Amino acid sequence: MRAGKVFSVIALAVFLVSGTAQAAQTIKIGFPIPLTGEIPKVGESTKFSAEMLKEEINAKGGLEVGGQKYLLEFIYEDNEAKPESAVNVTLKLIDRDQVIALVGPQSSRQAVPAGSVADDNETPLISPWSTNPDTTKDRPWVFRAAFLDPFQAPVAANFASKQFKAKKAAVLFEISNDYSKGLADNFRDAWEKLHGKDAVVAFESHGPKDQDFSAQLTKIIAIKPDFIFLPENYSFAALIVPQARDLGYKNQFMGSDAWGSAELMKLCGNACKGQYFSTHYAAAGATGATKEFIDKYNKKYGYVPDDVAALTWDAVNIVLQAVRQGGKVDTNVRAMRRLVRDNLAAIAKFDGITGSMRFDSQGDPIKCAVVVKIDDQGEFTFVESVCP
Amino acid sequence: MEQFIQQCVNALQWGSFYALIALGYTLVYGVLLLINFAHGDIFMVGAYIAFFVSTFLLSTPEPGLSQGMTLALTIPATVILTSMVGVTLERIAYRPLRRKGAHRLYVVITALMCGLILENGNLALLGAGRKALPELLEKHVYTFGNIAVTNLKLWVIFTALLVFVFLHLVVTRTRIGMAMRAVSWDKFALPLMGIPLDMVIVFTFVLGSGIAGLGGLLFAVSYPVLDPYMGAMTGWKAFIAAVVGGIGDIRGAFAGGFLLAFVEIMVAAFLPSTFRDLFAFSILMLILWKRPTGIFGIPATTKI
Repeated sequence: MRAGKVFSVIALAVFLVSGTAQAAQTIKIGFPIPLTGEIPKVGESTKFSAEMLKEEINAKGGLEVGGQKYLLEFIYEDNEAKPESAVNVTLKLIDRDQVIALVGPQSSRQAVPAGSVADDNETPLISPWSTNPDTTKDRPWVFRAAFLDPFQAPVAANFASKQFKAKKAAVLFEISNDYSKGLADNFRDAWEKLHGKDAVVAFESHGPKDQDFSAQLTKIIAIKPDFIFLPENYSFAALIVPQARDLGYKNQFMGSDAWGSAELMKLCGNACKGQYFSTHYAAAGATGATKEFIDKYNKKYGYVPDDVAALTWDAVNIVLQAVRQGGKVDTNVRAMRRLVRDNLAAIAKFDGITGSMRFDSQGDPIKCAVVVKIDDQGEFTFVESVCP
Repeated sequence: MEQFIQQCVNALQWGSFYALIALGYTLVYGVLLLINFAHGDIFMVGAYIAFFVSTFLLSTPEPGLSQGMTLALTIPATVILTSMVGVTLERIAYRPLRRKGAHRLYVVITALMCGLILENGNLALLGAGRKALPELLEKHVYTFGNIAVTNLKLWVIFTALLVFVFLHLVVTRTRIGMAMRAVSWDKFALPLMGIPLDMVIVFTFVLGSGIAGLGGLLFAVSYPVLDPYMGAMTGWKAFIAAVVGGIGDIRGAFAGGFLLAFVEIMVAAFLPSTFRDLFAFSILMLILWKRPTGIFGIPATTKI
């Protein structure tokens, strides 16, 4: 009798466990992001933002797809901010973890090669932060949530010629970084269109591990440009700006969206105050859903979310919307991936916290850029918004 | 012309760091014939120690320490703590192998691994976030015409020079220096003469790592963005500088450090900066091609 009771309890437990295991089919999304390496803060922001969204949805019992709730499962892998590691972890997420979609990599340097892997393996990938056109170009499985460099570069060029009344521009960029190099090229074209040929007086580059830029900066400063355009990651910007000041440079710097990390001011200090950069959103003075997001994030993690966090929030939401629109969760991962991709491609307009976006045929959003100024408190304050 | 002078100043400052690291490489090699590949990472550890010591000192309660006082205390603390790291490495990694009579090759590989352990240990312990050294020295920019120099750069160059003179005197003018030279001559005869071999080797590591710590501190003050891999590339380049100068020779390390910096800066200054490392290392290769033992090196014969 006793044994029978124990047996029935065990049987019940087994039944319950297997029952819940079946009911708790999760929606798995992979994040190949830079948790270490050159831009660790970018990885941290991505993870924090995604975790916050996941907790919010899972607390409500999961994401409702076709009348049934599914828990979200996010898998984070470190791409070390290296292109080769990005390819490896993207493959790992696709093959081993069997994710239905990928969010990330963030920087174009990793997103361009990882996008190719995702496209070859027919897995939808959305990069929140990558701005280089090659990431999504001719890749039906790859999407993004950020604007493109051919759009960002003229924004920066127009702003600089208006705000600084500049004629002569100098550019310093990182040669081995698709993002930095691509944006530098785009900027040169945009600037030459505005001010004629030879208006870019210096076009200098540096390597991925450099810490001393005095040779390039001395060369640039000797030509006396009206401003220096720095399409650089924040960790480089924080070194270059003070070094240029030490060499006696007095004019302005104009940065790009990779400056917008929460860590920039910690590393750069006073030297970066008063500079401008183009980016995806301005945290100071935000309203509505954007403000709500900023407050939640700030309360949870203790600092104002940067553009990466905001874009990740939008990108994950875009993926989840596509999953919802699919109307069902197919147990066949390959079929599910296709369903998600088709629905991603079908999204015509999305209202995110980084603004409203429409998607073109390449999977690229058409959205507004903002220019922010780093004020005396080290906050990124809104200056102007530029829409296509 | 002004631009050229400015570039020379840049090269002198950048070369000071190469020279400081190269001196550590050359000291250990000169004494033990060991290429201590962990040296670049000891330099990195030095920078982090400087970060922790200075942040700790600045966070002392009111009235607190002034910037100058903090710097004055951070320098000896960093040098001492970093040399302890170097000695620990010698103690737990190199000495057991030496005792067992392992071939030099294995010790070199161990050194490489120690470097990786330091890098990744740092990554695991402190996370990937960059650290910014608090400002320890109020920066002044002096301008002469179009040439700009900061007091910090002058200090860096001056310190490198001072360290070089100090080391040269230690090695050539003191008893312990004589013992160090003796070790490199004949490790086996030395104990027979009553010279404590281990003590001499520990002293060498104290000197080498202490200088790396000082270099790391100055580097962190000059380029205040610290990451766990900062020592790897700079360390390799400094090693190349030591070899080009003639490894094992203190003058060689010093000259090699500045030579490498001059070549790097001048290539970037007068050729497209994209080609900097390509040209810089081609030039160094030509020098080695002409003088395989380096500028100050003397061909050594192997005793069988």
